[in-house]
Parts: sequence; structure tokens; C-alpha cells
Amino acid sequence: MDPMEALVAQIQGLSSTPGDIARLHIILKQADDSLRAESTRLSPVLGQLAPSEHSLGFLYVLDAFTSGQISKQQAETSVPIITGFINACNAEQIRLAPEKFVLVCKRLKDQVMMLEAPIRGVGPLLTAARKLQLSTEHLTPLHSDFLMLCVLAKCYKTGLSILEDDIFEVDQPRDLFLYCYYGGMICIGLKRFQKALDLLHNVVTAPMSTLNAIAVEAYKKYILVSLIHHGQLSTSLPKYASSVAQRSLKNFCQPYIELANSYGTEKIAELEAYVQTNTEKFENDNNLGLVKQVVLSMYKRNIQRLTQTYLTLSLQDIANTVQLNSPKEAEMHVLQMIQDGEIYATINQRDGMVRFLEDPEQYKTCEMIENIDSSIQRIMALSRKLSAMDEQISCDQLYLSKVGRERQRYDFDDFDVPTKFNI
Amino acid sequence: MDADDESSNPMIDEIYANGGSPEGGGGEKRSRRLIISGDQFDIEAYASLYSGRTKIARLLFIADHCGGDNSAMQLEALRMAFDEIKKGENTQLFREVVNKIGGRLGPDYTMDVAWCETVDRRAEQKKEKLDNELNAYRTNLIKESIRMGYNDFGDFYYAHGQLGEAFKSYVRTRDYCTTSKHIIHMCMSAILVSIEMGQFTHVASYVSKAEQTHEALDQITAAKLRCAAGLANLVSKKYKLAARKFLETAPELGSHYNEVIAPQDVATYGGLCALATFDRTELKASTLTMIMLLNDDCEISIVFLILILYLQAKVIDNINFRNFLELVPEVRELINDFYSSHYASCLEYLANLKANLLLDIHLHDHVETLYDQIRHKALIQYTLPFVSVDLQMMASAFKTTITGLEKELVALITDNQIQARVDSHNKILYARHADQRNATFQRVLETGRVFDRDVRSMLLRTNLIKYDYNARSLSRKL
Repeated sequence: MDPMEALVAQIQGLSSTPGDIARLHIILKQADDSLRAESTRLSPVLGQLAPSEHSLGFLYVLDAFTSGQISKQQAETSVPIITGFINACNAEQIRLAPEKFVLVCKRLKDQVMMLEAPIRGVGPLLTAARKLQLSTEHLTPLHSDFLMLCVLAKCYKTGLSILEDDIFEVDQPRDLFLYCYYGGMICIGLKRFQKALDLLHNVVTAPMSTLNAIAVEAYKKYILVSLIHHGQLSTSLPKYASSVAQRSLKNFCQPYIELANSYGTEKIAELEAYVQTNTEKFENDNNLGLVKQVVLSMYKRNIQRLTQTYLTLSLQDIANTVQLNSPKEAEMHVLQMIQDGEIYATINQRDGMVRFLEDPEQYKTCEMIENIDSSIQRIMALSRKLSAMDEQISCDQLYLSKVGRERQRYDFDDFDVPTKFNI
Repeated sequence: MDADDESSNPMIDEIYANGGSPEGGGGEKRSRRLIISGDQFDIEAYASLYSGRTKIARLLFIADHCGGDNSAMQLEALRMAFDEIKKGENTQLFREVVNKIGGRLGPDYTMDVAWCETVDRRAEQKKEKLDNELNAYRTNLIKESIRMGYNDFGDFYYAHGQLGEAFKSYVRTRDYCTTSKHIIHMCMSAILVSIEMGQFTHVASYVSKAEQTHEALDQITAAKLRCAAGLANLVSKKYKLAARKFLETAPELGSHYNEVIAPQDVATYGGLCALATFDRTELKASTLTMIMLLNDDCEISIVFLILILYLQAKVIDNINFRNFLELVPEVRELINDFYSSHYASCLEYLANLKANLLLDIHLHDHVETLYDQIRHKALIQYTLPFVSVDLQMMASAFKTTITGLEKELVALITDNQIQARVDSHNKILYARHADQRNATFQRVLETGRVFDRDVRSMLLRTNLIKYDYNARSLSRKL
């Protein structure tokens, strides 16, 4: 009997109960190499298997099928197959072979990129990531690929949905870097600068033993977003950032640090001149759009400062103080800021005056109370999590062995450390 | 000298530009010849307040800083410096002054080489003699004589302008001081030399050393130490402390410290620093109570009598400071005006005094800062009691333009010194008090968000480190 036929029969037969599936898994692992050898002949096999019931088997076959070079035409046919599989597969079965699943999905990503239609991969990868996750706090390698496709396809909102989850468990640090970096880019695209700042901050301060390119790029964006959102850049990284980052990150981001310094002088003309001279560098990093937003934010900040000192001010005076060219421009800026909700004001066109108002938020509405309540709940949950983790670590073997060796010895008994804690 | 008084002076024209003629009260003061006043600076009278090295230093400072178009004053100062130096033994200074004069004062005031040589020779001989004496004392190991020997050395170096050596010699006497009187003498000498050298950190340390002696200091020495401390604080820009020290100086000081400071200076420095840094209560307590008692009507004085009962200690000091203020009535007037909110006249007095204060050796660098601080305080004090202020009226009260005033106010608001906002359309300043409730809510929400974010990042990092550590220890196990 054709070994393929035998395999198919086994897959179809052993895909019902968990015990069977475990046996199937072992068989499949042994048959892996033979599958690869037959990769060209596998498409009819795929037709015989149902993705939803025989997920594990389908996965192995699919993996063998898609391994090796694939041309554009072949990609056209295989993309729908993989997409169909992802949508239909059974989550528990694929979790038995996560590496293979990830591999298959990565190939999907490569193929959609080759076909220059990243949007085709967005939906499937989202489903895939959700299925592979053990919990919503778990980061899989698929997350970063998914976000990359979102960035390329400009589907920011879809990307945001996955970013709303908090991540605590990570398989590979590299995944985290990419995830946070792409996540930051998506948030910037949606103008959610605070969240972008948080994500990029995570990359920059993550523990790392050597500097990697992702952290450097992330730091560049971090500087720019920090200027847009806060109007300033803290010159040193916090203490918990890795020493490598603290020492060397700045050296790679020199033009950006100087931009931040120039921003700090609060002279718009200087800032613009600096941007002009360094346009090429910013463009090479694909950051020119962001840099332009930085310049714009300076005008905004100046106008915001005016709200602190004036009650009413003429458009002409605004234009003069903020170094704009004409009252018309000033009016446009103020209008834009009112629409974005960044200041509260009314424009009196007849007199050419702007009247600045106080923030109407009185913190008395139901929504606000709900908001506060949910924040309280969230933080309490977080606290509990923190204590749980603390307890967990204090019972951890590795931790105890390390501490055991270095702790103070007050008693005779202290000198006998059980050997099992000495690694 | 009288002719100089009436002659028009470009300096004074510029001063009067800020607001019209001085108020009536100023006229009657002209009858008294004042030293530090808006009048043409009277060098002779000024110089007569001082003695010793500081006189020469001050005269030279005036000569350097009195401006190019005032060569008469410059030459006058240089001439007096020359005379003063000739009385002493400092040939280095002599050469300097002669260079500065450059022959403009005629043949009497040129380089007298013969005199220089005699003085130098005498100095050499004296030095040898002192050296021999000191060695003799040292071999005899008599503490008192060694101390006297070093003291003489110190005096000698001081007279010859070698201030560094003088300081060292004085400090060496420290090991041979037996009574507190000796220590005080050493401290005073060290202070004097340090002031001349401009090393005010030493001044501060020696003042504290002197004040720590077990014996009670007599009034005059205590007053001198206070002045020195005040001066040190002034130079290091600690204006509030300087004001306190000057205000604590006893009037018994009189002219006993003329080799450093004149009582007029105590009043001026103390008054200006107090004005720039004290708040209203302190200002009143320390300088005004007694003044008002003398100037105002009886009813008001009853109120102040009650105040006196509360402010016993400060009142005693008041009397002291009032005596000083009598010497510089313009400063007294301007403090009065400030307190009673006559800002225009107060600022006018200040402007009048400015030119002369710029010629003072210690105050020169601080005049601008002090003036700015006083002006800002005046503006803040004006707006404090009101809910809304018409900028037109305020501008006329301060005798400036509305636009200029607006700019100053905006600067103060941005600096958070005034809690108000400007209605630029109607030219009104509205007081604005922060809404505490909203601010609290905002802070709370922000704190919550920051905590949330930080804890999440921490947990994430912990996991990363744990993962890393696991990976590494696994690889080690293998």
C-alpha cells in the first residue's frame, strides 16, 4: 500500500479522541521526513483530509507541502488552502505542534508578501494567533507577523484589537521586540501616542545582553513620539533599562537626540532649519512623516501655553507669539486643535479674537464614574497578579538556589544548604 | 563742588526719563548733602567714609566704571587714590594708578621712581628684620611672641599689597592663639584680607569661627562680624540671608569698620536686599514699625504699639536699623513707598539711586538682579488683592505702557508668580484660582494610569528575565 494512503487512513482514523491523537502525533513525527520527500504529490492528499477534524494530520501534510521554493502561481493556489485551514482548524490539536503551525503561518506571510497583497494575510493571521495563544496574555510568534502585515496593509484598527490585550508571557524575547515595535507603529498611525509610547518604552527598556537593531529603530521612534506627546524627552533611560541600552543606544540615534535638543530651545525657526538640513537621514529611516508631526506639535504646544496665560487673545497676537506667518494660519491651527480636542476655545471671527475656555469636564457624569470604577477594578486585579507572581518566584527553584548561596548565615543550620538547591 | 551739582549731566537725564519730576518730598532733602543719593556723586564725601585699602579699591573702581563722558569724576577719583596710596607703602598699586592717570593730572601726579625705590628698600629691610625676629622667637618657643611675629608679618604684607601672603601669615597665628581675644583678632584680620581678595567663602567660615568663641563678643566686634557675614551672603547672591545679617547689625558699629564698610552701606544693602526678598510681614516687622511711629498720626501709632508688644525682639532690632536708615533717607523713603503701595515713586527713587549704586564695589554686580526682583514684587503685590485689574490703571500706577506691562505680567504668569489670566481684548487681568477638585481628579486618574502601565511593564520584564535565566541555566545544566 502506498505509504501516503496508509498515512491518510491513520490520520482519518486516529483523529477523534485525545489518546488517539497523541498516538497519531508520534506516528506523524516519524513520518515527517517521508512526507517531505513527497512534497510535490501532496495536494490530492490534502483534498482527502478535513481541516477541522484532522487538524494535526492536515498540519503535517501542509507543512511538507509548503516547504521548499514556491513560485508565484503556486502561491496563488496555496494561499487559499492555508487560509482555509487556519480558519477551520481545531485549536487543541494544533497546539500539540506549535512550531509547525508557526512555520506554516510564516510561509503564508511570505507568500502574501510575494503576491504583494498583505491584506490577504491579515484576517487569517489574526485567527491563527488567537487560536495558538494559550491565554490572552500569551505572546506567540504570530503576533509580530500579524502586526507587520497590518502595518503594510494599513489595517490599523484590526491590529489595535490585538494590542488591547496585555502581554505577560513571552516565548521568545525577539517576538516581543517585534511585537512592540510594530504595535508602536500601528498606534502612531492611529494617533494613539500614549499607547505607542508605552509599547516603544517596553522595547527600549527590555532586558537585553546585546544591542539589537529593533531596539535602535524603536528608540528613534520613541524619541519622536515622546516629543509629540510630552513635548520633552527625558535624557537618560530609566535605571531598569539594560546597561547595554543605556550606554550605546544614544550613539546610534544622534540626529534624533539633536532634534530633541533643538526642540527644547523652543525656537521654531531653528527646529525647522534643523529638519531641513537632515531631511535625508530622516527619510532613510522612514521617519520623515513623524518628524513633520514633531514640528507641528511645537506650534500646538506654544498655543497651549497661551491658554494658561490669556483669557482672550487676538489672532494676530497668536500668530506673532507662536511665530506663524499670518492670522489666517493661526486660525487654522486653533481650529484644528479645537476639533482634535486639544484645547477648548471659541473663535470670534468678527473681532479676530480667540476666547480660551476651561476644560468643561466636571468629573460628575456616569461615564466618568464607570471609568474610574473600571480603573479601580483593573488595578486591583493587577495588584493581585503582582503578589501572585512574587509568591511564585519565591518558591522557584532557581531563585532559591541563587539566593541560598548568597544569603547571610546566622545559624549553624544555615550552613547546610540542601544539595538539590545547589545547581 | 557746588558747581558740579547744578550742571546738567547726561546720567541724570536718562534716570528722569522714567516718569516725571520727583514728588514734592524729594525737594526738601536736597538741602542735606547726601552721599548716596540721586544727586551728582560726591566723591570726596564718599571717600571720607572709608579708610585704608578699601578706600583705594573703591576709588579705583569708581574711576574704572564711571563712564567715558565723565572724565572729571574719573580724574578726581584717581587723584584721591594717588594721594591715599602715597601715604601707604604699596608700590604695586602706585604703579597702577600712575598708569591710569597717564599724566593727565599734571607733573605732581606722575611716576615717582625715587619714592618707589625708597619704599621698596625700606620694605626689604623691614622684612629681613621681621624674619630674624620671628626666627628668634621660634627658637625660643614663646607662643605669644611667635603669634605677634606672624601678626606683624601679616600686617607688613597687607600694607605692601601681597594679600595672599598676608592671609597665610594671619592664619598661621591660629596655632599660637591662647585666649579667645587672640582668636577673634586672627579672625578679624583674616576676614579683612579675604574681603579685599574677594574670597568670600573664607569670610563666611571665619565669621562663624569667630562667633563660636566661648567669650561673649563685645557689641562692636559682633556688629563687624554681622556686616562681614552680610557682605559674604550678598556676594554669593543669598539676598535674603544678607538682608537678615545687615538688619541684625548694631548701630554701635558707627564708623569702626570703615576699613571695610560704612554705615550708609549697611542701610543701603540691607534695605535693598530686604525689599527684594522679604514678604510684607517680615518687611514691616524689620524695618517699618518704628519709622511709622515717628511719621504718622497718633491713632495709627496705637495700632503699632500693639504690634510692638508682639514683636518685642524685632522691635529692638528695628531701632538699630532705623538708625542706619536715617543715614540714607532715600532708601528709607523708598521702602516706605513700597509698603504703602506708591509704586511709581518707589520705582523712581530706585532709578535715581541706580547710577550711584553701580559705582559701589560690592553692589555693582547685583544691582540689576535686585532691581528686577523688587520690580516683580511690586507687580505681584499690586495684583494680589484684586479679582480683576484694569491694565490701563495699573500701567499708569507703574508709569509704563500697557503693552510693556502686559509683557511683564505674562512673564510673571508663565513663571507661576501670579495666578491670573489676561483678557487681551479688553485689557483686563482676571485672577484665576485653580479648581482643586478637577485637578485632584486629573491627578488621580493619571496616577492610576501610570501605576497600571509601570506594573504591567515590570511583570513583562520579570517574565523576560525569568525566561532568560531559565534558558541560561538550562544551557549550563547541559
